[in-house]
Amino acid sequence: MITKDEVEHVGWLCRIEIDDAEAEDYAVKLSSVLDYFGQLDEVDTEGVEPTYHVADIMNVFREDVVTPSLDQKDVLTNTAEEKDGYIKAPRII
Amino acid sequence: MTKWLSISDVKEKIVATSAEEVTASYLETIEKSSINGYTCISDGALDAAKMVDKGEVAGPLAGVPIAIKDNISTKGLATTCSSKILEGYVPPYDAHVIERLKAAGAVIIGKTNMDEFAMGTSTESSCYGVTLNPWDHERVPGGSSGGSAAVVAAGEAPISLGSDTGGSVRCPAAFCGVVGLKPTYGAVSRYGLISYANSLEQIGPMATCVEDIAAVMDVIGGYDARDSTSIDKKIDHQAALVDDVKGLKIGVPDEYFGEGVDTGTEKAVWDAINKFEEMGASWEKVSMPNTKYALAAYYTIAMSEASSNLARFDGTRYGPRSDGENWHVMASRTRAENFGKEVQRRILLGTYALSAGYQDKYYLKALQVRTLVKQDFERAFANFDVLMAPTMPLPAFKIGEKVEDPLSQYLTDVNTVPMNLAGVPCISVPCGSSDGLPVGLQIIGNHFDEATLIRTAYSFEKNTDHNKARPGEVA
Repeated sequence: MITKDEVEHVGWLCRIEIDDAEAEDYAVKLSSVLDYFGQLDEVDTEGVEPTYHVADIMNVFREDVVTPSLDQKDVLTNTAEEKDGYIKAPRII
Repeated sequence: MTKWLSISDVKEKIVATSAEEVTASYLETIEKSSINGYTCISDGALDAAKMVDKGEVAGPLAGVPIAIKDNISTKGLATTCSSKILEGYVPPYDAHVIERLKAAGAVIIGKTNMDEFAMGTSTESSCYGVTLNPWDHERVPGGSSGGSAAVVAAGEAPISLGSDTGGSVRCPAAFCGVVGLKPTYGAVSRYGLISYANSLEQIGPMATCVEDIAAVMDVIGGYDARDSTSIDKKIDHQAALVDDVKGLKIGVPDEYFGEGVDTGTEKAVWDAINKFEEMGASWEKVSMPNTKYALAAYYTIAMSEASSNLARFDGTRYGPRSDGENWHVMASRTRAENFGKEVQRRILLGTYALSAGYQDKYYLKALQVRTLVKQDFERAFANFDVLMAPTMPLPAFKIGEKVEDPLSQYLTDVNTVPMNLAGVPCISVPCGSSDGLPVGLQIIGNHFDEATLIRTAYSFEKNTDHNKARPGEVA
């Protein structure tokens, strides 16, 4: 079960603005999915290692060598606001 | 009007006419289409074809048009994940698979419709509206790579690429009556694939026949240092195109024929398994007891990864930007106004599952269950060469039927998500029909054993007529 207040809190954590009516609706729809997830509680996972990843690899290293990367001009073509070769965004703090 | 053409048909046509004419005829078919399979058409397609005619580009796919799912980055060609939040985004680089396709001479014809950010089983959550199933326009094409499957089924491209996070290549392949492969995790570079759940997804081809699947895999597969999960293992897919299943050991997991499997689907799949026996293979039932928990584990992991992967869409670097007195308000509004409801739900749930106090209960638990699901496969492959099951428990459902209740749509993924949790390869091939709609047989192989998968699927195709069925309008 997830409450309307929790929905609003989670919305803030993941930066999605949610109004009152939406929070009500989300609380209902998300709760039914969470109930379904709850069936995982039935499984005995004592001593079972988690699988974050199926590939049998760890710590992929490469040589610290400079290689060509994308042109700054090309990278900036998609931003809403650009200044002096930087992406401009509203103040954060 | 183009028909269902294989790569070798297309090559014959190029010799008889030209690559330009072949691409032009596909563009003409697309122009007249009513299924809404493409999100955009490449302006450069005809020029790419002309280069093939001039001999400036050669390769195993020279002049062959290919449709690309809208979450795979194409330099200079809009890539939006069928989401408003990437409206106007034009990638400054090509995905690894696109570089490989271009080097092989393929003609990128356009981008295909999908569930927004690949989250869905019906293509209904696209900001461009649903794609219609070529077999029945009142039904969904499946998802999330619905456009990629539908355009192949409708003769609007001979081959396409999709991506499969929990069934997103296999489901639409089954619903649209075409062939679709999800490779072993790590077999195809994800560089340039816009991530939804990165530990689960792979890019995979769709086509009208197994031969073409092998041809595309030989182009796009293999190691790429830019994807840190890419595995350096050489697979020769086309060498596996052998019509021989004598002695093949097939496991049939009971759990995949559970409650809720449509009778017509079940019959078509059993007919296929019996056909394999006739062809010299043997089958036996096998139990994979953790299957029933795979769906809950899958969604918990996928949503958790999504909440992290989709954090980058905040109005800063790309996409539209809403007003706000500071960055937090701007980002919160940009995301609220431009992500669709299903994407918002998954980000919210994923954030919740990863948040303080719930991480062990949901996320960690799901990762442990993932280990158990993976062990089910390890045990099964100790005794069997391949496993077989219905790709989808039911044929294509009606548009709108499962929109209101998200959980009802999640449940249709029950037979496709375990393979993504385990990372094993699997292919969906047409194996008949239920109520006039295509049914997909899912063949599952062991890690990096695509060769057995291709050989099995190819043999089935050579000894049956199922892949000769066409939607009415294409025939």
